[in-house]
Parts: sequence; structure tokens; C-alpha cells
Amino acid sequence: MNSVSTRPPHDTRVMLETPFHPRISAANGLQSWYNWKGYVSAERLDQIEFEYFAIRNATAVFDICPMTKYRIEGPDAEAFLNRLFTRDVRKIRTHRVGYGVWCDDAGQVQDDGTLFHLAPDVWRLCSQERCLDWLCWSALGFNVKITDETADVAGLAVQGPTSCAVFQSMGLEGIEALKPFELRYFPFQGGELMVSRTGFTGDLGYEVWTSRELALPLWDALFTAGEPHLIRPIGSAALNIARIEAGFIMAGADFVPAEQCIRHGRSRSPFELGLEWLVDFGKGPFTGRRALLAEQTKGSRYRFVRLDVEGNKPANNSFIFGAGQREVVGTVTSAVWCPTAKCNVALASLDMPHGRPGEELWAEIYYMRELKWTRVMARARVLEGPVFDPPRRRQTPAPRF
Amino acid sequence: MTERHDVIVIGAGHNGLVCAATLAKAGRKVLVLERASHAGGAAHTRDFASGFSVSAGAHLLTHFPQDLITELQLQRHGLRFAATDLASVHLQTDGRHLVLDGPHASATDLSAEDAQAYAAFHADTASYAAILASAFGRRPPRLVDSDWHDRLGMLKLAWDIRSLGRDRMREVLRIGLMNIHDLATESFTDGRVRSAVAFDAILGTGMGPRAPNTVMSYLYRRTADAFGRRGPALPTGGMGAFAEALQACAVARGVDIRLQTEVKCLRIEDGRATGVVLKSGELLSAGTVVSNADPRSTLKDLVGYRELDAGVVRRVEGIRMRGMAAKLHLALDALPNIPGLDPARLGNRLVISASLEGIEEAMNASKYKQFSPEPVIEFCIPTLHDASLAPSTKHVLSAIVQYAPVDLAGGWTEAARAEFLARCMARFETVAPGIGALVSASELLLPPDLEREFGMSGGHWHHGEISVDQLLMMRPIVLHAQYAMPVEGLWLCGAGAHPGGGVMGLAGRNCAREILRGRPRA
Repeated sequence: MNSVSTRPPHDTRVMLETPFHPRISAANGLQSWYNWKGYVSAERLDQIEFEYFAIRNATAVFDICPMTKYRIEGPDAEAFLNRLFTRDVRKIRTHRVGYGVWCDDAGQVQDDGTLFHLAPDVWRLCSQERCLDWLCWSALGFNVKITDETADVAGLAVQGPTSCAVFQSMGLEGIEALKPFELRYFPFQGGELMVSRTGFTGDLGYEVWTSRELALPLWDALFTAGEPHLIRPIGSAALNIARIEAGFIMAGADFVPAEQCIRHGRSRSPFELGLEWLVDFGKGPFTGRRALLAEQTKGSRYRFVRLDVEGNKPANNSFIFGAGQREVVGTVTSAVWCPTAKCNVALASLDMPHGRPGEELWAEIYYMRELKWTRVMARARVLEGPVFDPPRRRQTPAPRF
Repeated sequence: MTERHDVIVIGAGHNGLVCAATLAKAGRKVLVLERASHAGGAAHTRDFASGFSVSAGAHLLTHFPQDLITELQLQRHGLRFAATDLASVHLQTDGRHLVLDGPHASATDLSAEDAQAYAAFHADTASYAAILASAFGRRPPRLVDSDWHDRLGMLKLAWDIRSLGRDRMREVLRIGLMNIHDLATESFTDGRVRSAVAFDAILGTGMGPRAPNTVMSYLYRRTADAFGRRGPALPTGGMGAFAEALQACAVARGVDIRLQTEVKCLRIEDGRATGVVLKSGELLSAGTVVSNADPRSTLKDLVGYRELDAGVVRRVEGIRMRGMAAKLHLALDALPNIPGLDPARLGNRLVISASLEGIEEAMNASKYKQFSPEPVIEFCIPTLHDASLAPSTKHVLSAIVQYAPVDLAGGWTEAARAEFLARCMARFETVAPGIGALVSASELLLPPDLEREFGMSGGHWHHGEISVDQLLMMRPIVLHAQYAMPVEGLWLCGAGAHPGGGVMGLAGRNCAREILRGRPRA
């Protein structure tokens, strides 16, 4: 009995709360929650339209604490990451952030993520999926230390045209000079904030990171400064509209992470996700290199496309038919009506050789109205790029709205 | 050394030599690099005490196929046998020893039913093992992205099994993954026969008789019959002389062999092996590099994990190669007295085993990183056939003793070695009372010693456990089981590749054939 009583009490919580939970819970009028990697996360707090337009017209704040975060440090950190990622991480200089993917041996994407070069030999990898096991196997032969710091780092995505002004009002001097994919440290209430000009909305926006302890002071300072700039907390539903509008893929929706894929041939390579610009064969060995070289010779099976679908019914889970409407040539992986671009966008995976820009296809859309299912065939045109890509996303110094 | 070679073979073990000789015959210019001062690897005869020599690694030739001996003309190159087709004598403390000579089992008060059952068992298992042996002669088929050659291989395997007839096909499928304890128990009533069969299944492995798929490891051993060996053979001059014949064959075919030349690592350019870097710093180039080292040393040390896909690394780390078998060499002033044994049988393969439960208990200790309190032993006295190995009237006893885990808790200190040696000698005393007084010198080679002397990871002389998850298309690792390693231009020809360990030579020959077949598929 003695030995039992000296042990720390068993953690009986079914769901974890992020450090921002007290504020988000108070703001969450709908009390609409979902499970994001074990954390209670807001799906929506209010009308989704209010939240979406906060992203595009003001400033939206989204809690990204549940995002998986690994700290990677040591003399071989760069070499380790270069063997893990398909892109050349040596080009991501200190205080820069890089987007990238990593593959299994067969060249199939395990996940995508952002890599923060925090300091020389110190990096942070943010990803959708947990992958510590894979990172540890990949670390054999490298002098590198990997720590899961998901629970120790608090993060908020602060996105929207007035986001720069909010940080300026908060006293983050020089924030407007921060270039896209750059990061900078700011002193904050005896501690430190790290701000990076990154995000998942395709808009002007930032992500701000700090310790658990400073989470609530950060939230309060942000919302005090942001009030005149119409700052608003948002849930994942609004963010999802913004990311599809910006044409970003998401693990679990637009591709199945290779380590979770059971059926042969259902995973995707970087080429099949439109990410060939992230594959660098010249940089030396990396996991999946041989398979991707072979794919380059042999040809890919799928092509990732953004489609402009006629009408306003989102083509969720639709089959995509060829021009003659006879054969199925692919499926939609994400779809939404995009309010700013005024466009009915679908992200889809098509069988090769379909999907060249401008190709005319058909989306088979089912929808139900009061127990009646209706099927429409809607024209779908392959787009050249994302439908939403405003100049403010890249402008430096960041414009003040 | 400005001379160009087509192929560099790292390691002059028997498989490396067979591979080199096979490639040379097809016209390839081959260079073999060997760390030690002799060729042959663990097939090596050396002194262990003044005037006493012994086969330091493998001590009996059990599996090397007769047709490979013919193909390599080893007899022309000096191979002589001091003895062939040795029987196995399973010694009992009460003197009621069991003799297994081919299909014939004999012992005091062995029932006619058991003798008959053994003959039938021997014939059945020989026919099942023949299917394995046939598969051993080919590259293992690939299940994913297979080509016509693979599909033919699968068809051949399926056809061989089907050709056994319906009942025996069912039987082989029934017993294939069973444990030898259950099969021996249902097949025989005599405890001696049961444990004799079980001993052959676990020798050289880390498994006990109750471990799943020990029937497979028994069949693995029984492939020897299909290779033309009714029982083990002793080359004149020990296993080192066998290696010398292989070496002579390779040299005669134009192979260059450089001894005392240790390779530091492979040279890899743009994902392709283009040569080797020696410890001395010298760089040797070749379009094809073949490693006779075990798969883990090859991929971890010679290639380096950084060059490989992380999934390959994960699988290489998963290869089970925990050495459990030690070698014990005794210099004897006279022949030991084994009560109840016909003196004419003393020159055979001798076994000091235990009941099925006793073997299992011997293994149990090893699970917890302890050595067996009562080790099980295979031994022979080669000087009875080959007097050249010891001073006249004196003898050499060579034994394999297990289980002696490579990773003994607390390490193999002097005290641990002395204790394990004492345990082994106590086992010898149970069947050969007074043998201890005859010993003038002894040498105990534990798995860490074997690792050091012969460069095998974990001291595992099969370069990886012989079990069904590490055989055929899973040896050494799945997707890279056709000798071509995940680095282009690098091949594996040792026991870690299909079909596996034992001085068999087929890994080397199959590997050479694959190299000659041309570029592997990606």
C-alpha cells in the first residue's frame, strides 16, 4: 500500500485543456468543441460567418497549442533534418521558417509541417501528426536530441489584415518589418514571445509562441490591444474555409499520412500533392529519395488540383468525371464555398494524366433538402493556382489596415 | 594497387570466397579484402594451446552442398575429408545412449515403435526439408512488385509443396510453424528421442524447444540431407583446410585476395557504392561492392545509417542477432571414458542434452541475461579422425555450448567466464567422469569473443536468428532479400542473406548469380 500512496496520482482526465482554455471557454458561446489530438478545441464559438470574416477583414485568433511540436537540437540537427525532409533545410537560415514534407522509404508523404530555425543548431518542427517514433528511428546515426514540447509551448495563430496593427498596439516594435517566413523574439512581461510571420490562412498573419505560464497574459494583452482592430477568437471551422480558399492541403483530409495508410496505393507522394518544389534530389540522401527518383522516371499515379466548381453547392466527397461524364477520374478531398474569392473551390486528387490547368471536368454533387436527395453534375475547371492570394500576404513592411 | 577490379568483396569468409570464385568464373575481375591474416572467416583452424589445433568457429561441415563442392572442384584444390556422414550420439547419464545414424535410431531398451516412428519422422522431415533446400538454391521470391522470375519461384515452391500429396501437404502446413516440443512429444514416447530432435532444432539459436517455429529451424538443419550429407563431415586439417581449398579455387580462377586489409567504410557517391575506403586510408574503386559481413555491420558501419532510408534503418535494428552459442576447446591428455558408449562411436558427433524441459530451462536463463546453469553441448573429438591436430596420443575436444547470452548481465567478467566453464565441465563429468583431470588446456570463446575474432554482430554465427520471420523473403530484411542492398551497387553475400547460416555457401553463390543477372529493380 505504501508504494502505491507515494506514486503521483493517476491522470484521470479524458481530454486535456490548452493553457488558453479559460479564455476560449468563456468566449465560446456555442460551446461547440472537438477533439484535436487529445485537446479540447473550439470548432466554432459564434456564427461561422463572423469568424471567417474576422480572418479576412480584421484579426482572428486561433489556439494552436494542440499542434504537435518537437524541439530538435544538437550538432547534427541540420544534417538530421536534411535526411528527414525532402527539401534542402540548409537553405532555411537561422530565424527563418520553412514549410516541408517528409516521406517514408516508398516516397509517400507522412506529414507536412513547418520547421522553425530558432537558433543555430536549434529547430522546432510543428506538424499535424505525432511522429516521435519516426523521428527517433531517423535519429540513429545522428548526434541530435529530440524533445516533444507540445505541452510546454503555447501558441496562437493571429491572422488577418489588421493583425500587424494589433501587434504594434501591443508594443511589438518593428513587427511590420518581419518578412514572410521570418521569426523574431520580443521581450514580454519578464519572459519572451516568439513571433513568426506564418499561418494557415493565406493572408497577412502571424503565429505567436510563448511559455505556458505567459499564455493567459499574452491572450489578455492581445485582446486589449486588438479590441479597436476587431480582434475575435475563432474555431477550426472558419479556419478550414480560409485554408481551402488559400489552396492549402491538410493531413488526414487531402492525403492519408503514409504511416497510417493500410491499403496499398492510397498514400500520396510529394509529386502527387503538387509539392514537387519541395523535393531536392541534389542535396544528398534523404528518406524516400530512391523511390521518388524512380517515380520521376516512371511517372506519378495522381495529380493534386484546385477546381473551380460551377454553382454554389460545395462538392464535398464528389466523384470527378472526365469531360464525357462517363469515367470517374478522381475524387474531391476538400471543398467549400469561398466567400471572399466568390468561388466554389474543391481540392481534388485526379488520376494521371488528368488535371492539366484549364481541363474541363465534371463534379457529381449530392445534396439533401428535407429528405430529398438531389444530384447535380457541375462543371469543374482546373485552376492554375489558389483563388485567394492577396498582395498583403507578402508585402513587407506589412501594410497597416 | 592501380589495377582495376570489377568487384570488391569485403570479407573472405566461406560465402565471400564462393561468391568471388563464382563471379571470377564468369569473367569478373574480383578483389577480396580480408581483415584477418587468413581467409575463411569462422571456417578457421588455429592453435589454442601449444601443439593443439582446432576449428575455432564452425567445427563440423553439415550443410555445404555436394554439388557446390563439385562445381568449385574443391577436391582438386586440396579438400580431403577425415570423416563423413557421422552419426549423432545423444549421451545419457545412465549410459543408455541414443545413437541416431541417418534414419536409424538405436539405444538400450528403445522400443521398436519409437525406432520405427523415428525412421518415418526422419523420412517425412527429409522430404519437407528438401523443399526448403530447393528454395535455398534460388533467390527468394519477392511478393511486392514481383517479376516473372519471382512468380516462377513462388510457383515452384507451391508446386513442391503440392507435390507432396494431399495428406503430407496438410501435414507440412500443420507443423511448419509449430514448436519442436509439441511435435517431438506427439511423435515419440521415448524421452531420449524427443530431446535429440529438439536439440537439433535449437542448436545455434536463442530459442528453446517451446519457441514457435522451432520445427522450421529443425527442418532448416535437416536440409543437410538434401545437400548430400547424411551426417556431419570433418575436413582433414579442420575447417581451416576447407577454407584453404575455397581460397585455392578462388585464386586459381583469378581472384585477388588481400589479407590483413581492413575496410573502414564504403565510398558512396550520389547514393551509389563506388568503392571502399581502407583503414589505412587507401581508396579502392569498383562498380560493384559485395559485403560478406553481417547485415547490421554492413549497413550500420560500412554504409552508415545516414545514407539509408529511415525505414530500412528501423528494420536493420530489428534483426534479432543475439548470440547464444559459445565454443569450448579442450586439450586432452587421453581419450575420455564415457561409460556405456561403444568406443567405435566416440568419433561421432556427441551431444550432452537434457529432457525437453531441461533444454527449455537452460534457455530460460538466457531470457534474463543469465547463462544456463546446466548448458547443453554438442561436441566432437576430431583427433580421432585427424591425428595432425594434436601431439601423438593426445586429443582435442571441440564443443558448442549454450546458452551463453552475448549480453550477460554484469558482462563476461573473468569470474563469469570461470563460472560458466565450470558449469560446462560439470556437464561433461556427468557423462564422462574424470574428464576434468585429462584437460591440460582449455579455451572458451563466448559470443563477445566470436564477435571480436570473426566480426559477427552480437556474436551470432548465423548473422541473424534462423526463424521464420527472418528467412526467405524476410532475410535479412523485407524488400531487400534478393542480395541487392538498399544502396545501388552494394550486395550482401553472407549468412545474413538468404538462405542463412551454417557453412553452406549458397548465400555466396546465389548472390553472385544475382550480380551476374544484372541490375536489380529499384
